[in-house]
Amino acid sequence: MQPVKIEEVQPLIDHYAGKEVYIHLETTNGSYATHVDEAFFNAGAFIRNAKVTYELGKIIGDAPSRVGLKIELGWIYAQGITHYELDSNKRLIMAGHDHEGKLAVALQISETPFE
Amino acid sequence: MIEKEKHVLVVFPHPDDEAFGVSGTIATHLQMGTGVTYACLTLGEMGRNLGNPPFATRESLPLIRKQELQGAANAMGLTDLRMMGLRDKTVEFEDDEKMVQMMNDLIDDTDPSLVITFYPDYCVHPDHEATARAVVRAVGRLPESRRPKLHCLAFANNTQAELGSPDIIHDVSAVRDLKLNTMRAHISQTAWMLKDLEKRLAQNEPEAVEWVTKERFYNYRFDQGYN
Repeated sequence: MQPVKIEEVQPLIDHYAGKEVYIHLETTNGSYATHVDEAFFNAGAFIRNAKVTYELGKIIGDAPSRVGLKIELGWIYAQGITHYELDSNKRLIMAGHDHEGKLAVALQISETPFE
Repeated sequence: MIEKEKHVLVVFPHPDDEAFGVSGTIATHLQMGTGVTYACLTLGEMGRNLGNPPFATRESLPLIRKQELQGAANAMGLTDLRMMGLRDKTVEFEDDEKMVQMMNDLIDDTDPSLVITFYPDYCVHPDHEATARAVVRAVGRLPESRRPKLHCLAFANNTQAELGSPDIIHDVSAVRDLKLNTMRAHISQTAWMLKDLEKRLAQNEPEAVEWVTKERFYNYRFDQGYN
């Protein structure tokens, strides 16, 4: 993966606009957060292979960046995006990695379902 | 002294779950000529350690961890490694009876005299808990005369207060290097932790030596539920 550069990521987001795509969206603090610090309120969510079509997608802000995808009846949103990659399966992988190298957020777009 | 078994079945949900608390015991059984089966339920697909700069993505991590798991099995000398095809973080949402059936099938197939897994309610991660519940239910439903021994790992913060001291402590000093190699095999997940551990071991820090060379287990107490 490479550090996010908005001018490089925006055309990739544009590429999938108007197409039926599969989304992986995730936020996480890890399953051990409350084990390590009992005062920590652990929350996270993921959705894998949501099938959507977005009419407009934008990446905004110097990294960590925000990405918003406008879908027919609502929105897909991710905050904290630091890195991206167009992988060998032509999937746009975007993620936010914290200072220790742990994934905190992921937003991935693919024209074929994720395994 | 580790008792000689007929066969040992080890069941954990994530690649590397075996490395920290059990790999010395597994390696010792194998060196004694006892067969060991390790059933690993997921590929740790949702692991958070991807590096910064990243060395993997959410999508490439499972392939890396699959190779690491195979490497860990090689390090222990284990040949019967079974990857069960579930997905990280979702084990507790599978059908409970389907999970018990998976464990039944493993027990039927391998006919173990000892099963090793986590201790339900004392193993922190929801996948650990779900795995442990399924194993405990499968073993608990066998007639008592046919039940293998069930040794469970517990590491929740309330373990000592509620379960007391471990029932079984294995000294695995003799296979310490194999155990460290098993941890090293999972380098994508253990690099940061090993750097610190190896430094402490080089200084012979008693707490670190103790942590690596002593493996602790509780006999499951069937009067506590999960049947």
